[in-house]
Amino acid sequence: MSGAAARNRERGPFGRLAWGAYAAAMDLPERPMRWAQARLRDGRLGWLFVGPNLIVFGLFTFLPILIDVVFALTGGTALLPSQRPFVGTQNLAQLLACKNYLHPSSCYDDQFWYGVWNTAWFVLFQVGLMIVFSLATALVLNRKIIGRGFFRAVFFYPVLLSPVVVALIWKWMLQRFGVLNAALQGVGAHPVDWLLNAHWAFGWTVFVSIWAHMGFYTLILLAGLQAIPRDIYEAAAMDATPPGRVFWRLTLPLLMPNLLVVLVLALIRAVQIFDEVFVLTGGGPGSATTYLVEFIYNTGFAQQVRQYGLASAASLLLAAVLLVLTLTQLGLTRWSAKRG
Amino acid sequence: MAERGGVFAMLTATRGRGRFDWTDWATYLYLAFGVFLMFGPVLWLGVSSLKSRAGLDIYPPRFLPYERAQVHIPGVDRTLPLYRVTAGPLAGRELAQVRRIGLMAQMVDPAHGGTVIHVPFRDSRPVLRLHAAWSNYSALLTKLDFPLYLWNTVFITVVATVITLLFNSMAAFALSKYRFSGRGAVFLLILATLMIPPTIVLVPNYLIASQLGLTNSLWGVIWPGVATPTGVFLLRQYMLTLPDELIEAARMDNASEWRIYWRVVLPLSAPALAVLAIFSVMWRWNEFLWPMVVLNRSSKFTLQLALNSFQGELATQWNYLLAMTVLTLLPITVIFLFLQRYITQGIASAGVK
Repeated sequence: MSGAAARNRERGPFGRLAWGAYAAAMDLPERPMRWAQARLRDGRLGWLFVGPNLIVFGLFTFLPILIDVVFALTGGTALLPSQRPFVGTQNLAQLLACKNYLHPSSCYDDQFWYGVWNTAWFVLFQVGLMIVFSLATALVLNRKIIGRGFFRAVFFYPVLLSPVVVALIWKWMLQRFGVLNAALQGVGAHPVDWLLNAHWAFGWTVFVSIWAHMGFYTLILLAGLQAIPRDIYEAAAMDATPPGRVFWRLTLPLLMPNLLVVLVLALIRAVQIFDEVFVLTGGGPGSATTYLVEFIYNTGFAQQVRQYGLASAASLLLAAVLLVLTLTQLGLTRWSAKRG
Repeated sequence: MAERGGVFAMLTATRGRGRFDWTDWATYLYLAFGVFLMFGPVLWLGVSSLKSRAGLDIYPPRFLPYERAQVHIPGVDRTLPLYRVTAGPLAGRELAQVRRIGLMAQMVDPAHGGTVIHVPFRDSRPVLRLHAAWSNYSALLTKLDFPLYLWNTVFITVVATVITLLFNSMAAFALSKYRFSGRGAVFLLILATLMIPPTIVLVPNYLIASQLGLTNSLWGVIWPGVATPTGVFLLRQYMLTLPDELIEAARMDNASEWRIYWRVVLPLSAPALAVLAIFSVMWRWNEFLWPMVVLNRSSKFTLQLALNSFQGELATQWNYLLAMTVLTLLPITVIFLFLQRYITQGIASAGVK
C-alpha cells in the first residue's frame, strides 16, 4: 500500500479531499453490486452495468417513438394520451392533403409543405456547397503550408460555437445598419434588408449553417487525405501524371469512402436544421425559412393551440427519412471499414 | 486545359518545390480569406460588445469602440455633444452643441463657456472618442440575471457530464469486458438509437418529462441526454484495447466486479473519458431546442435560452446582448484554445461532434 500512500502525498491536500469524496461516492454501489454478483451467475452482471443506460434510452428514445405513433393516431389538444380521442390516419391525411404537391399554398396544411420544400432546397444547397468548400479547404490544408495547425483551428473554431451564438453573430453582421451594409454603401451599392427578403434570408440560412459546420467536415476529409499513402503520389510524379489526372484518378477515388460518409452525415444534419435558423430568421420572412423541425416545434409547442397529433405525424415522416439516411450511413461505414 | 491543370496542381500538390510559385500564393490567399471569413465575424462581435449604446449607433460603424464625445459645461445641467467645425472662420475648433434650430446649430466653446456661437449644422462633424464600454459587461451582473443563467448552464453542464461519463462507461465496460446473453441485442439497441435523434421525439419526450415532473426543472434537461450512443461506442472501442489480464489479476485478488470497473478499468480509460467529457461539455453548453421545450420559466433559463429571448425582447439593447453573447462563447473558446489538439483528434478519429 506504500504506492497508494505515495500517490496520496502527491495529490496535495485539495486533491486528497477530492479523491476521498470521489472514492467514497464510487464505493457506495460496492455492497449492492457484490450482493448481486454473488447471486447472478454466468456473467449476467453485465445487465446491471448496461442497465442505467438502457433505462434512459428506453425512457427517452424508444418509448417516445411508440408515443409518437399514439399521438399521430389521436387528435385534440390534450397532452395525456388517455384523454386524446382516436382519429386514425386523420393527422397524416391532413398533412398530406394537397392539390398540387409542388405548390404548398394548394395544400390543406400549407406550412408543412412550405417546410418540406424549404428543407429540400436547403439540403440541396447547404450539403452540396458545404462538401465542395470542405473538400477545397481540406485539400489546401493538406498542402505543405506554414502554420497549418493555426489555419485548421481557425476553420474549425465556429463548429464549437453554439447555434444561438452563431445566429446572433450573423444577425449582428446582417443588421440594416450593420457592417455588411456599411461595406456595401462604402463601395457605392445599396444597403439590403438581408433577413427581410425571402430569397436573401434563405441564402443566408444556407451560408450561416455552412459557416458553422464546414470545419467539422473539413477535419474528417483532411484526416482522409492524410491517410492516403505518400508513395502513390510519388509514383504518379515519377510518371509525370498531370495534376488534374492525379486529382480525378487518385485523390478523389481514394477519398471516396470519407466523402460518402461526410455526405450522409451532412444530409442527416441538414434535414434536421433548426437552431441557427430559428434564432436568425425565426422561419421568416413569411415561411421563407421555415424548415421541417421548425414546423414540428411551431405546431407542437409555439402555437396557441398545441397540435401534438400533427407534430407527431410530421415527426414520424421525418423519422422515416432519417431512418433511410442513417441505415445508409451505417452501411457505408461498414463498407469503408471493410475496404480500408 | 493548362489552367485546369494549374488549379489541380495547386489543390493536389502536397510538397513545396523549394520556390514560392503562384499556387502557393493562391493557397495563402485562400487561407487569408478563410481566416477573414471564419474569424472576422467573431472579432467583430468582440469589439462591438465594447461599444456603448451611443457608440453602436454610429453609422457607418467604426472598427474600434468609438463614441460621440460629450462635455459638461458649468451652468448647463446636461452634458452636451461635442462637434468639430469643418468650415467657416471657426474651422478646426471643437464646440459643444446646445441645440439645433433648422440648419443652424447653437454652439458654445467649452473652454470659455457662455457666449453662444451660431454655426451652420452641415459645417460640423461630431467628435468621436475611443471608449471601451466595459459597463456593458458589468451591467449583466446587476441587471439581466446573467449570474442565474450562468449558474443554470454550469449546473446542467457539470452534472450531465458526470452522469454521462458514469453511465456510458458502465455500459461500455459491460459491452467490452463481459460475455453475457443478450449482449449482441444490447449492442444493436444502442446502435438503433442513432436512428432516433431528439428532434423527432420532442412531443413524446415533453409528455414523459411532464409525467416525471421534470418540466421547468434543470433535471428535465439533464436526464434525456445522459445516455449517448457516441459515448458508449467511443469508450467501448477504447476499453477493448485494455488487456483482460489486468481484470483477471484483480479477480485473483478477490476484487468485486464493481471495484474492477472503477479502480482498474476507469483510470486506464482516462484518455477516452477525457474526449467524451469534452464532447459532453460542448453538447450541454450549446444545447438549445430541448431546453427550450422543457424550460418555460425564465428563472430556469440557460444562457442559450436567455440569449434567444433577449434578442426578441431587447431588440434595441444590442450592447447588452453582444456582451452576453461574448460571455457565452468565452468558456468554449478557452477550452478550445487549451484542448484544441485533443478536440480535433477526437473528432477526426470518432467522426462525431
